[in-house]
Amino acid sequence: MSGLAARDLAVARGGVPLLAGLSFDVAPGSALVLTGRNGIGKTTLLRTLAGLQPPLVGEVTPGGDRIAYGAHADGMKGTLTVAENLAFWAKMHGAGDIAAALEAFQLSALRDRAAQHLSAGQRRRLGLARMLLTGRPIWLLDEPTVSLDRDSVLRFADAVRAHLGGGGIAVLASHVDLGIEAQVLELEAFRVRPGTVQGDVFAGEAVE
Amino acid sequence: MSIWTYANPAKFMATTARAVPILSLLAGACLLGGLAWGFFFTPDDYRQGATVKIIYLHVPSALMAINAWLMMLVASLIWLVRRHHVSALAAKAAAPVGVTMTLIALVTGAVWGSPMWGTYWAWDPRLTSFLILFLFYIGYMALWSAIEDPDTAADLTSVLCLVGSVFAILSRYAVNFWNQGLHQGASLSLDKEENVADVFYYPLLVCIAGFVLLFVALVLARTRTEIRARRLHALQLRERMA
Amino acid sequence: MIRILARDLRLAVRAGGGFGLSLAFFLIVVVLVPFAIGPETARLSPIAPGVLWIGALLACLLSLDRVFALDREDGALDLLATAPVPLEGVALAKAAAHWLTTGLPLSLAAPFLAVLLGLPWPGHPWLCVSLLVGTPALSLIGTFGAGLTVGLKRGGLLLSLLVLPLYVPTLIFGADVARRGAEGLDLGAPLSLLGAVTAGCVALLPFATAAALRVNLR
Repeated sequence: MSGLAARDLAVARGGVPLLAGLSFDVAPGSALVLTGRNGIGKTTLLRTLAGLQPPLVGEVTPGGDRIAYGAHADGMKGTLTVAENLAFWAKMHGAGDIAAALEAFQLSALRDRAAQHLSAGQRRRLGLARMLLTGRPIWLLDEPTVSLDRDSVLRFADAVRAHLGGGGIAVLASHVDLGIEAQVLELEAFRVRPGTVQGDVFAGEAVE
Repeated sequence: MSIWTYANPAKFMATTARAVPILSLLAGACLLGGLAWGFFFTPDDYRQGATVKIIYLHVPSALMAINAWLMMLVASLIWLVRRHHVSALAAKAAAPVGVTMTLIALVTGAVWGSPMWGTYWAWDPRLTSFLILFLFYIGYMALWSAIEDPDTAADLTSVLCLVGSVFAILSRYAVNFWNQGLHQGASLSLDKEENVADVFYYPLLVCIAGFVLLFVALVLARTRTEIRARRLHALQLRERMA
Repeated sequence: MIRILARDLRLAVRAGGGFGLSLAFFLIVVVLVPFAIGPETARLSPIAPGVLWIGALLACLLSLDRVFALDREDGALDLLATAPVPLEGVALAKAAAHWLTTGLPLSLAAPFLAVLLGLPWPGHPWLCVSLLVGTPALSLIGTFGAGLTVGLKRGGLLLSLLVLPLYVPTLIFGADVARRGAEGLDLGAPLSLLGAVTAGCVALLPFATAAALRVNLR
């Protein structure tokens, strides 16, 4: 299984270039942690890696069909139960053992509760349990530990470690040290200085 | 040098800076000449009297109303396939001109219809189709103005223009079907081009040329404005980042 | 795709509002018409097919802005876009779910509401048939409009403005089927044209909707 690679990547949000010159390799079984201040483009980078938006320049390998993306907005429906929500995504990806995913994030007792009645931390765990069900080797996680208590963070770290142990890859945008062996990429160094990337043909000097 | 050179904003601006005044002058000359010829130096129609002279406004504007949409369709396709920004902006610039042409065609048609048919409005298939075209233009322009990011707006309006074109043609046939279905035989045809006499025909041609030139000049001028607005937008973004 | 459809139907049932609202709206429109036109059956019955079609069309419009907006808010649209299902399939499933929760109940309710407007008897089954054949096109066109406006905060009014002109051919053929049915005329031509419009919408619009969604996800 090959890893995740980015070559000379530049990403933009709403037509504004944010990050440029990004190149990295993440080997199977290892993790990458993205750090940087708010608004620097962590989410935009993750969305670009996930194939939800095209890169401004550069390329990402592999494509989106091996990548699972997890963000704050977890796509869970409040009126469906925990098990129903997970069953839907498990069927969409044609793989995954719901019971194991529920167990991994201590959700088994809550399986018949409507998602709208979960606490913020429980809800977050539900979103992370979905990642297990995608059956995809590359996890992209945007601030995965927000609103998790200490115990849940440890369980989450265990799940990520298990995923890595199975040859998976994780890319995390996070400020919390999870105690996971990972390379760290500080995005400040790749912030676009005005005028260095020609993302917009109209910003050139030639137009009268 | 290929035609795509003009897709570069700088090249486009440089070329059109010279072309717009010339085109505007030609358009003005054709319109003045054609309208004066048509209004004052052609005889009254034996059946319609002086009212026939409204064709010098009505027919060219109706032609341009449809051609403007066609031009927007072509420009949208070029944007979707080749991602030339000038093309997307030209489509945006053409819409208000097209909607004005449609409005002129509808209003002159109503003014003409009053003495001829005794009514300002009839649900004739052709009139109805123009009314629907008018609605399509409004929707297209509304979508442009609703979306903040210019590239997103260009993409979505292009898709709308494509789908809208299919439905516009469909509506044209549906409206034909509908009216025949409602009023058996009693159709008010506007097919004047076929039976228009030579004496009306030549000034009409000059007027049509004038409207075409006017359209091109207006669209180019408006595209120039759109390019400047885009540049302003890009520079403001850059300043905000700094 | 079937799963997205099943999930959306389940959500519509759980949330309660789905069918109920558009049906109630349809009923209100039909009840208001006699107040505006007058109570005489001689006046109401000739316009009944058209009024019922307009009512159904407007009721279809009501729930359109929720087709993609809810999934976008909670992130499900992002996840569907990265799931191993083509976005075209998502668009088709969404349109099918919209039809099953609005178009189908409206079609089935229309013959009963037609009684209020004094639609002549042979018109009732044909009204139902015309709506059954025509409303899928309305749902597909509406889903396309919803895909175009999903990124906008207050896209509801714009959505109507974009979608209503596109409804013209469907309305013309559909209302004509219903009218001819009520007058006992031959309706083969408009019915087959209505079917053709719907078939064309099924074949083409999911692609346009998916293209719009891709742009809006960036």
